[in-house]
Amino acid sequence: MPKADKLQGSLDLLVLKVLSRRPNIHGYAIIAAVREISEEVLRVEDGSLYPALHRMEETGWIKGKWITKETGGRSRVYELAAAGKKQLVAEEARWRSVTFAIDRVLRTV
Amino acid sequence: MSLWSRLINVFRGDALSREIAEEFEDHIAAAVADGVDADQARRRFGHIGSRFEASRDIRLIPWLDSLRGDAVFAWRQLKKNKVTTVAAILSIGLAVGACTAAFRLVDALLFRPLPVDHPERLFVLAKELKHSSHGDMVFDQWAYPQFRQMRALVKDQAELIAISYVSRIDLTYSSGDQMEKANQQYVSGWIFSSLGLNPALGRVFTESDDTTPGKHPYAVVSYDYWQTRFGGDEHVIGRTFRTGNEIYQIIGVVQKPFTGTDTGTMIDIFIPTMMMKNNGITRSDYQWFRTFVKVKPDINAASVRDRLDAAFHAFLQDSVKTFPMEYKSDIDAYLHQKLLMNSAAAGVSSLQTEYGRALAVLSVLVALVLAIACANVANLMAVNAAARSREVALRISIGAGKRRLLQMVLVESALLSGAAVGVGALFAWWSTPFVVSMISSPVAPTKLALPPDWRVLGFCAIIAFAVAIWLGVPTALQVSGVRPVGALKGDTVRWRGRLMHSLIAVQAGFCFLVLFVGTLFVTSFERLSNQPTGFSSDGVLTLETLAASPVKAVFWEQVADRLRSLPGVTAVGLSEWPLLTGESWNNLVSVNGAPPRQTQSYFLSTSPTWREVMRIPLLAGRDFRGSDGQLGAAVVNNAFAKEYFGGEDPVGKSFDMVSFSGGHISFRVVGRVANARYRNMREPMMPVAYLPFSEDYSRGTYIVRTARPNPLALTATLRRAISAARPDFFVSNVRTQNELIDSHTVRERILAMLALFFGAVALLLAGLGLYGMLDYTVFQRRREIGIRMTLGAAPGGIAIRMTGQALTRAVLGMLVGFAFGVATARHIQSLLFGVNATDVSMLAAPGVAILLAAVMAAAPAMLRATRVDPAVTLRSE
Repeated sequence: MPKADKLQGSLDLLVLKVLSRRPNIHGYAIIAAVREISEEVLRVEDGSLYPALHRMEETGWIKGKWITKETGGRSRVYELAAAGKKQLVAEEARWRSVTFAIDRVLRTV
Repeated sequence: MSLWSRLINVFRGDALSREIAEEFEDHIAAAVADGVDADQARRRFGHIGSRFEASRDIRLIPWLDSLRGDAVFAWRQLKKNKVTTVAAILSIGLAVGACTAAFRLVDALLFRPLPVDHPERLFVLAKELKHSSHGDMVFDQWAYPQFRQMRALVKDQAELIAISYVSRIDLTYSSGDQMEKANQQYVSGWIFSSLGLNPALGRVFTESDDTTPGKHPYAVVSYDYWQTRFGGDEHVIGRTFRTGNEIYQIIGVVQKPFTGTDTGTMIDIFIPTMMMKNNGITRSDYQWFRTFVKVKPDINAASVRDRLDAAFHAFLQDSVKTFPMEYKSDIDAYLHQKLLMNSAAAGVSSLQTEYGRALAVLSVLVALVLAIACANVANLMAVNAAARSREVALRISIGAGKRRLLQMVLVESALLSGAAVGVGALFAWWSTPFVVSMISSPVAPTKLALPPDWRVLGFCAIIAFAVAIWLGVPTALQVSGVRPVGALKGDTVRWRGRLMHSLIAVQAGFCFLVLFVGTLFVTSFERLSNQPTGFSSDGVLTLETLAASPVKAVFWEQVADRLRSLPGVTAVGLSEWPLLTGESWNNLVSVNGAPPRQTQSYFLSTSPTWREVMRIPLLAGRDFRGSDGQLGAAVVNNAFAKEYFGGEDPVGKSFDMVSFSGGHISFRVVGRVANARYRNMREPMMPVAYLPFSEDYSRGTYIVRTARPNPLALTATLRRAISAARPDFFVSNVRTQNELIDSHTVRERILAMLALFFGAVALLLAGLGLYGMLDYTVFQRRREIGIRMTLGAAPGGIAIRMTGQALTRAVLGMLVGFAFGVATARHIQSLLFGVNATDVSMLAAPGVAILLAAVMAAAPAMLRATRVDPAVTLRSE
């Protein structure tokens, strides 16, 4: 089973992609989305998401804000920033070119 | 942007931690709400602690955060011992402030470059005369004709600039009698272009403003003077002022901040050299100028000097022909003078020669006091660290690296040093101008440029850094010596006693040096101010008076008569100038046509009543009479009789006054008086001949003896009486005779005062340091003392055992300080008077003071050691 957080770039890519489709969701929802869409193939340790989120926030790819829940308490939700959208395009292109290259190697050899 | 938010986060660390924790909790809660079992949710989350750390480190600047944490911790530590902390900051702050003040003074006086174009290419010419009996002497005065020849000689390599000495002139801008004072200097017309100075208003002189003697009645004023005197009024251009009989017109203001080249004196008014009176620019034996050299770019200064040197020796050969002296050693020394071309980048002034060395010595003293203060606090911190060794051991056990511990220590010392430098900067802010004001006097106001610029800031930063290191190192050594296993088990900490003892030795040594030098200065001042003057100065007021044009002596006397009738005045005399202003008139003396003797005599014109007013005893013959002026009478002092008449009574005999150009004037001695000081307090009593005040004078001084304890109270009355008697008379300076005497001991007084003060501070600090250390030693070793006592040791023996080592170190340090003091004493010999640095009696006072302080500091610890109750101490362990 591939561990997404071992591949530094891929976790970022997944998070950015999820946020591009579903803005303003909190960390658990991001993890849940990754798990759900990949049909449980891509699994990460929940906690490892947060350092990645915070790093991307400090870099300016995503923006976080606190919202008040109906139940009281607060949740921190994230959305893509302009720089994050650009980054997503670049990451996606990189991912595709890498997988394409690997694919070709697998088919040719 | 990101860096900024991370920087902000460092200072809201707690809030940040809460936010991260809250987010994590929310995650778990969301999982639970999603139907996941709580334990399962936590497992899926992974190790919360490490995620937390990782997130936190991402969101702020980790190293800065750890620094901040240490700073907060250090702040709490310092707050815990408020009294000690305040004492530490104040003692170091005082020393830092003194160091900063000393730096500002030394920098402003000796090192700060003049605000001119390429100050490093500016030099001043001086001549060094090596004399077998008088030692080495350096002069920087030059005659104008020589200056002019030298200038022409090196025209292609350098520009020579003549700048006169400063005069404090009386001048008036209105037609009334509103006289005021200003510092004035004669300068070459090309000075401003050579130094790259532009006008701030109007125009400045050029070469064509300085060509014909007496034909350029123009003045340029300094920006500072323009602002303070005229409030920056632009109509100052074209205004005229009168000084003496001359009228000058202001043509411009020179750009700020230039106020002349005389460091310590601000020049207000510049006048072209060609306006100098009394043949000052024509006679080759009137040396009234300094010669500055502005070397052109890419020219070697040494080659300029060599060319000037040749010309200089030609002048010497030339002038020696008319020499009235026949002493070969004098002539040889004169001919072999060396031409020096010294840097004038920081300006040139007599203040530099007079105070440069004194300030340097004071700087060293305050640096030593700073070292003593720092040693105290360093010791205190090390002791604290030893007491905290369990905490340190705990930190090591949970993984704090050496670097981190060191950082913790250094942050604490940096905090202390920062606070101390802050206090010190405030102290320096106040004390620097204070010292300058002590040097300054109304007759010669001293003003140094003391801007709080990067030089001072840089110095403060260096001091702060040095103090932080000095404070931190002993503690760092102490902390790095902690062995966690032992410390946590409760073992006595390995004690860095040797380090502390050497700090005690260093303190004792430095303290001795400071006290030793202080004793020398105090003794010098005492001996100098107790030098007999030969006259009675109490209640005597001197009024230096100027007349618009030369006035006959009888009219001067008429005014004196008016003053005599005033209430409160007991007697009035007249002389050309008061004694001990530093002003002098000296010439060679020849008796019976013999060649003049080597020693020169001083001269002073005095009225018949002058001697009685000054209360100088008449020993033989008589005072002047009204008719003595025409007869060439003279009254001489004992030193004169001894020097020129071999100690015989000179009354009735004659002598010739021989000028340097060879002219002779004959005088007949009518009286002999006791010796009185003429020029300064340092030299032995010199030969003086008093001549009658009987010609035409444009200046004279009324010497008024009053019955008042404070003669200055009569100033206004006397001024009014003089101008009422003669409207053309103007009182320029009013000083008490005591003030004049004191002005010769200003430097010694300042040195004695400051050295005494810092000596006391050093002694107090060193004593406190020793006390603290011994007290702690006894506390540390109470168990050992208890055991020794149980085994039957005598209390006295224990007291000695506990304190002996530290006291031995203190004595050892003192001895080193003593050796060092004696070795360096010759550097301060020129600042001393009547004491020899190697004099054994000078060592007694500091030695006794330190020993007394050491005993006082050791007594409480000794007492405490003997009072240890073995039963209590041993049971409690």
